[in-house]
Amino acid sequence: MNNSDSAHPTGPSALPDGGREPGPQSTGNGSGSARVGHAAAVLAFNEATKVYPGRRTPAVSNLTLEVPAGEICVLIGPSGSGKTTAMQMVNRLIPMTSGDVTIDGRSIMGLDETELRRGIGYVFQQIGLFPHMTTEDNIGTVPRLLGWSKERIRARARELLELVGLDPDDDLRRYPGEFSGGQRQRIGVARAMAADQPLMLMDEPFGAVDPIARDRLQDDFLRLHEEVPKTVVFVTHDIDEAIKMGHRIAILRDGELVQYDTPDRILAEPANEFVADFVGADRGLKRLRVWRLGDLELEPAPDREPTGLTAPEDMSLRDALSVMLVEGTERLTVVDGDGRPKGALALGAITRLIGPDERAAKA
Amino acid sequence: MTFVIAQAPVIPKFEHASECIRQNKQFCTGWFVDNFDHVFVPRLVEHIKLTAIAVGIGFAIAFTAALVAHSRGWFETPFAVFSAFLYTIPSLAFFQLLVPITGLTVTSAEIALVSYTLLILFRNTLTGLREVPEDARTAARAMGLTKGQILRRVELPLALPAIMAGIRIATVTTISLATVAAFIGVGGLGQPIFNAIQSGFKTQFVAAGLLAVALALVADALLVLLQRQLAPWMRARRA
Repeated sequence: MNNSDSAHPTGPSALPDGGREPGPQSTGNGSGSARVGHAAAVLAFNEATKVYPGRRTPAVSNLTLEVPAGEICVLIGPSGSGKTTAMQMVNRLIPMTSGDVTIDGRSIMGLDETELRRGIGYVFQQIGLFPHMTTEDNIGTVPRLLGWSKERIRARARELLELVGLDPDDDLRRYPGEFSGGQRQRIGVARAMAADQPLMLMDEPFGAVDPIARDRLQDDFLRLHEEVPKTVVFVTHDIDEAIKMGHRIAILRDGELVQYDTPDRILAEPANEFVADFVGADRGLKRLRVWRLGDLELEPAPDREPTGLTAPEDMSLRDALSVMLVEGTERLTVVDGDGRPKGALALGAITRLIGPDERAAKA
Repeated sequence: MTFVIAQAPVIPKFEHASECIRQNKQFCTGWFVDNFDHVFVPRLVEHIKLTAIAVGIGFAIAFTAALVAHSRGWFETPFAVFSAFLYTIPSLAFFQLLVPITGLTVTSAEIALVSYTLLILFRNTLTGLREVPEDARTAARAMGLTKGQILRRVELPLALPAIMAGIRIATVTTISLATVAAFIGVGGLGQPIFNAIQSGFKTQFVAAGLLAVALALVADALLVLLQRQLAPWMRARRA
């Protein structure tokens, strides 16, 4: 997303139009329209520090990092690393001890606490849907606080429900108790976007659902984010989830920021032993998942018509390698969405990409 | 029928009475039906008033106290001890104790009846508020609801089933206790019971007792219906 990274894939989500700049746009907030807006904010931590009373060591220590508008920033680290504390300082669920956090350049300390929170979507593992409210009323919580009309709230709730893959006709009048865990989490996400908040905080949002449902929720959220690119702070302890969801990953340890970079660079160049351990010995393979065939500089296609084995350009490098190993071939023809050859991928290109040569060249 | 049932004691004139009345059987339906309007209806109305006022005032006090205890934890123990103490006073003694102070009045009866409702209403309301799921509260806070908004829009609606359960118990208990209030002459269904105890007229005794039971059952059923209206989400969850 950022220019400095333009030579590399920007993230595991590998947005098809990966170079798009999801900058701040009109919010639609005061416009009276119920269209899902595209507001996104720049979030910056500035030496933000939290010391809990009675503790000598800070839970978060001089955290400084910036999340560009419209990007997903994953905070990750072992338990006790301060990732949730860091996230909750943003909406002041946890008050900062020193330092500052700014949203679009404005300090969060200068805002009324409730006003600040109404402008930030919040999704957490336990979801916290209100059991006594229908889906519509749950989603409409913040809009109602902001004084939206009933019609506008309903239109908005319908639109959001559709966006998160639920049935607006039927599910709007149901109560949370009638939904599965995954469905509830979708409603939670819709609720966090209801007032077109330019910033979303997500605290292990998919941690409580089973692996298959989690995978779908992740995919759907990435698709949703592509449509509505909010700035997102996403806390997880699962490195695979971090690599999949994050445009950038911030690795924390004992309240200190150890490395803040794109998933690809964290996997390629872990800042130290701790990060290397944390991302795992299979970081080379993990990196393959970050890359899509279309992101690579391919060899020119030998023919105008596809020959031999073909692979779609949105296939991950990991899957492509798997195909090669299974089929016993060292070449694949990469084709675009219409089946036309875009180029060829050789096994050697993969090893060059993740091997030490490339790293040496970069360094 | 020609009985003139004025004030107590109600002893039917035997020469005009049916066989059932003459033998003072357990329950004479004919007499009950004939005398329902002027013997029992006024007492029933008095009884409902006694109960409604007691539960209404009791709820107002207990609810306020529970809200205070919810935000200031230290208040729980003193109020709980106080209301438990009131609850332990024997009812007959309680009514009698109040007579020198407030006389043979409805006020005396209500003071005692209200006192008995406090413990259950206070406990249930406070428990209901405390058992609101923490994540609902966190979500509300994170979305920028103020303390008052969290109380009104999240905590109280979610505490409603517990509060209603308290009101149901308090209502049924009060209906039962209010019969004792007739001891200090404030009417209600206790009046015909006391009269029948003195006169030995069984039908009146049984009828008044049954009416009190029926009133309790009906009141309870109505409160259940009210709760369903107020908390439709409880049913949805079970579905």
